[in-house]
Amino acid sequence: MTTTYILRGVRPLGGEPADVVLSGGQIAYVGAPGTAPRPATASPSGDPSVAGTAGPGSSSDTGTDVVEIDGGNRLVLLPGLVDLHTHLREPGREDAETVYSGTRAAAAGGFTAVHAMANTTPTQDTAGVVEQVWRLGRDAGWVDVRPVGAVTVGLGGERLAELGAMADSAAAVRVFSDDGKCVHDPVLMRRALEYVKAFDGVVAQHAQEPRLTEGAQMNEGVVSAEVGLAGWPAVAEESIIARDVLLAEHVGSRLHVCHLSTARSVEIVRWAKSRGVEVTAEVTPHHLLLTDERARSYDARFKVNPPLRTRADVEAVREGLADGTIDVVATDHAPHPVEDKDCEWAAAAFGMTGLETALSVVQATMVDTGRMSWADVARVLSQAPARIGRIDGGVQGHGRPLEVGEPANVTLVDPSRSRTVRGVEQVTASANTPLEGMELPGVVVATFLRGRATVLGGVPVGGELGRVGETEGVLL
Amino acid sequence: MRHLLSTADLAKDDAVLLLDTAAQMAATQAREMKKLPTLRGRTVVNLFYEDSTRTRISFETAAKRLSADVINFSAKGSSVSKGESLKDTALTLHAMGADAVVVRHQASGAPHMLAHAGWLDAAVLNAGDGMHQHPTQALLDAFTIRRHLVGGGSDAGTEGTDLAGLRVAIVGDVLHSRVARSNVHLLHTLGAHVTLVAPPTLLPVGVETWPCDVSYHLDETIEQASPDAVMMLRVQRERMSGGAGGAFFPSAQEYSRKFGLGSQRLARLPRHAIVMHPGPMNRGLEISADAADHPRSVIVEQVANGIAVRMASLYLLLAGSDDAPDERTSL
Repeated sequence: MTTTYILRGVRPLGGEPADVVLSGGQIAYVGAPGTAPRPATASPSGDPSVAGTAGPGSSSDTGTDVVEIDGGNRLVLLPGLVDLHTHLREPGREDAETVYSGTRAAAAGGFTAVHAMANTTPTQDTAGVVEQVWRLGRDAGWVDVRPVGAVTVGLGGERLAELGAMADSAAAVRVFSDDGKCVHDPVLMRRALEYVKAFDGVVAQHAQEPRLTEGAQMNEGVVSAEVGLAGWPAVAEESIIARDVLLAEHVGSRLHVCHLSTARSVEIVRWAKSRGVEVTAEVTPHHLLLTDERARSYDARFKVNPPLRTRADVEAVREGLADGTIDVVATDHAPHPVEDKDCEWAAAAFGMTGLETALSVVQATMVDTGRMSWADVARVLSQAPARIGRIDGGVQGHGRPLEVGEPANVTLVDPSRSRTVRGVEQVTASANTPLEGMELPGVVVATFLRGRATVLGGVPVGGELGRVGETEGVLL
Repeated sequence: MRHLLSTADLAKDDAVLLLDTAAQMAATQAREMKKLPTLRGRTVVNLFYEDSTRTRISFETAAKRLSADVINFSAKGSSVSKGESLKDTALTLHAMGADAVVVRHQASGAPHMLAHAGWLDAAVLNAGDGMHQHPTQALLDAFTIRRHLVGGGSDAGTEGTDLAGLRVAIVGDVLHSRVARSNVHLLHTLGAHVTLVAPPTLLPVGVETWPCDVSYHLDETIEQASPDAVMMLRVQRERMSGGAGGAFFPSAQEYSRKFGLGSQRLARLPRHAIVMHPGPMNRGLEISADAADHPRSVIVEQVANGIAVRMASLYLLLAGSDDAPDERTSL
């Protein structure tokens, strides 16, 4: 039994209001406001005075539900968001997150696809493990899970993992990364870059020169000198990126730079692109927003790798994102249990959650500041990551145009509302958000995966208890 | 004063009050009956995650001379090595009713967490955290400097005075030193002029923002800055071996030649200059036996002054609020 969704008065890519109908897993209609056909079975949204209220219509006698959502000429319609960098933790660290909880959080954040990083236990370095993660994602049903394959066996940095087997598996891996560790051996990196060309893969590098960062705890600079935490110098990131873009140019391969965080990293990528090197880069929401000043609190929720950098770096990554040097905003969603954060900084784990706040941070730092349009947001949070991950084609594609006949992977956002971030209230199983208590603009109202609502009224449709329809009557 | 975590938190009036109180404490220590009843019934826990017999017995002595009950909690194997977590230890101490926790920890910021994470409501006294701070060491250094270079060898007449115009050179491994960080802030607050002297490898990136001068040459500093006090920092021998934690200088001999304090350099210092070292010393590396045992060396006296300064700190943290609340809360 399928549901047809009539989205009235929504703004595709933030443009002029339109009516959009999602039916049969596709975008079935796009037209001027008020022109969407109103099926006989349609029931109007709950309280007409509350714009944006979603209320499931009931028409069980016909076998088809029709739900109308009033966008009030305010809600922005985006292609479903695609995360190129998510840690789902399963298998191995189900105490921090599971594929189920992490993908549910992703849907709540407006995502329809995530790339699940390889540093699980066991490592996603064989066809068997990537297929397991892919299958868990498919069964959970919240988003499309695209496993990332490890570049080297066990992330050990010594032997190539069976990249071809992972590419040929049911998981059809196209992105390979040792994220968390850097493929620092230049020969191994060269081989990986070359090898994945055979199946149009890409190596996503965690750029961190290991010798320069032994024991590193935070950005090396004025703050680290004062608070006495071992420094993670910017050059440890920049030197690897410089090497890798030259390697990629030499062998004619695709390179993706994970969570770029410094001003000179932006400069290097800009230079490489000007030379025609096939390099793409991502920045995280937290590197768009926060600086290393946060470490003065010794609050380990601000401990992340690469570390929070300086104000000048934040300005540079914003500029790089706006001018297209940086292609993608990727969350690096890294859930951790309380005990791994509620401790001394040096003993704490690196990483912070991000799936449910990424869009808000991008709106706050880039849209509300006038540096990017919503069409740009669609580019950096959906189209570009889908293209890099090679999931932008076919009937199940992501990051597609909002046109009739395209798969109905879309997200509806209310940019006029704001909310206060509370880690314990988030859908993710871990509470380690660095944005605790912060008021951020933008609320994800609804997410659709191939026409099926995964989020309605701002909350996931159905939950661990299987209470499908729990969102009935929820005001936006 | 609620906690003593960092000298960067101390305003000048706070610092002078601590030194003045330490002078009063020192005067009581010249008596035959050294014990004061001030902290009777209060419990002070020495929570030491690092071996430091010197600092621990100094705090223990200070607390006992104030009649506090002292519990030594040696927590080898911190949460870094998956022992009991800092949080659980803190909750335990809270349940036991500790009034003050003196904490030494290898992780920078651990005392800050104890003070601010809401785990316990005891006063927290930082006895050295990682590469961050060791405030009572800086206070005892300032106290020693004031006694010798302001008071002419005695505390009489030093009450209320600061260290304005005095020149202090701090020499050695600044990068890893909480003693250096603590002293730079405190001595600057008290009006002294600090010069850090070290090879560039043993200075942190970002040192240029500190309120002090930086020099790579000890001889040049002795000639040009003519320091009134020279503070030698301990250099750990493993710093010269390879690995990320090493290779900071080529050899002990070269370090000693360029940055060690021996009798020749001592002779070129102003006649009134004093020689200091937080201990324990590497004789023959950063300081020669001649210099360490020279009449102008105040190294042993620093140890005695440590007790007075720690008595003052504990007193102001635990008893101070009873008699002069306004003055204390500003601290």
